[in-house]
Amino acid sequence: MSDIIATDVVIVGAGPAGLFAVFELGLLDIRAHLVDILPRAGGQCSELYPEKPIYDIPGFPIVTGQGLVDNLVQQIEPFHPTYHFGEMVVSLEALGTADKPAFRVQTDAGKTFECKCVIVAAGGGSFQPKKPPIAGIDAYEGKSVHYAVRRMEDFRDHNVMIVGGGDSALDWTLNLHPVAKRITLVHRRDEFRGAPHSVNSMRELVEAGKMDLVIGQVGSLAGEGGELKTATVKLNDGTTRDIACERMMPFFGLTMKLGPIADWGLNLHENLVPADTEKFETSTPGIFAIGDINTYPGKLKLILSGFHEGALAAQKVHRYVYPDKKLTFQYTTSSTSLQKKLGVN
Amino acid sequence: MAKITFVDSEGKSRTVDAEVGSTVMETAIRNSIPEILAECGGACACATCHVYVDEGWLAKTGKASAMEEDMLDFAFEVKPTSRLSCQIKVTADLDGLVVNTPGKQG
Repeated sequence: MSDIIATDVVIVGAGPAGLFAVFELGLLDIRAHLVDILPRAGGQCSELYPEKPIYDIPGFPIVTGQGLVDNLVQQIEPFHPTYHFGEMVVSLEALGTADKPAFRVQTDAGKTFECKCVIVAAGGGSFQPKKPPIAGIDAYEGKSVHYAVRRMEDFRDHNVMIVGGGDSALDWTLNLHPVAKRITLVHRRDEFRGAPHSVNSMRELVEAGKMDLVIGQVGSLAGEGGELKTATVKLNDGTTRDIACERMMPFFGLTMKLGPIADWGLNLHENLVPADTEKFETSTPGIFAIGDINTYPGKLKLILSGFHEGALAAQKVHRYVYPDKKLTFQYTTSSTSLQKKLGVN
Repeated sequence: MAKITFVDSEGKSRTVDAEVGSTVMETAIRNSIPEILAECGGACACATCHVYVDEGWLAKTGKASAMEEDMLDFAFEVKPTSRLSCQIKVTADLDGLVVNTPGKQG
């Protein structure tokens, strides 16, 4: 059991809404930890459209997804948020009461937090690997079919089929090559999006007869008791080929799934979390929902709405974290105490 | 205005009005066409608006760009008629366009 991280607030999701919530909480002396399944801050902005211009951020006639995220990260720097990337919050347990909420939050990497409030800023849910629509693939998942490498040893001396044409597919082809019995890379076309260096290294291995490259798409799987034996690949000329493989790794990018949030005892409405419009609190006192994940009458899925929601949620969080302190509303333009917190005075 | 027909994976067909200048994906979302997710909102970044263009219309819709082909690597059961519907702009020429949607996007 790892040490418990004690903090005021755990924010689930480090997209724009979650990042800006750190700012609003920070102004009120509330400490926050951010957890995100992606390896970096920014959520959809960084993952889906880093280079795409956004035109509806107030005060920015034009800013790219990544530009906005970089600015937000810089803006919240004075509050020293702790980021926990590449981790998914898997469980949320209520420890307190409605007046004095407290929660235990656990991630899939084994971290445990104890906090007073939770802000769910999970956007469209967590980014999870896309699962190919191959009949019966579920039966092999976990044993033979993997979407990420947890332990290289799981692949030792096995025939490994890797499916896809991007960096993940190529990197794991090259990394697992020395460990696996034989690697077969399957891709729908003889062109690869991955880094040219990786493409060249892969082609050299194919030339040298040290691995196989098959152009086609996986049609069906065969095996027993969750142990994969053969994959049938549909080649582009319409014929099929059976390829022996005990391990398979499909890389088809990421998709957004609600994930474990569904199990946290919150009311849900069509995979969204209903929140009030005064505090953006959910059906569970002390748990807030901001940004694209929430719903309420008139909701607009705009980044600016997420900012507003975070600001209002922070006010209520303050009441839970500092029940005895009176909160005086202040402006960053004029308040010396806020400016001190921001490190500008 | 142009008419676009979406045929779902079970063969059910829905014909809707599309605004010239919009995209086939936007048309689908505005009309709540099932089997088009468009998670990224049209940034050519997610491959969840994958469609199969009816053979007879391929010449008019044109081919996928290099960037779109890259993104199609993330789609399932890609065929020579595969396109991302966010990358097909509606023109008057496309009045009557028929596209088929796949059973699974993401």
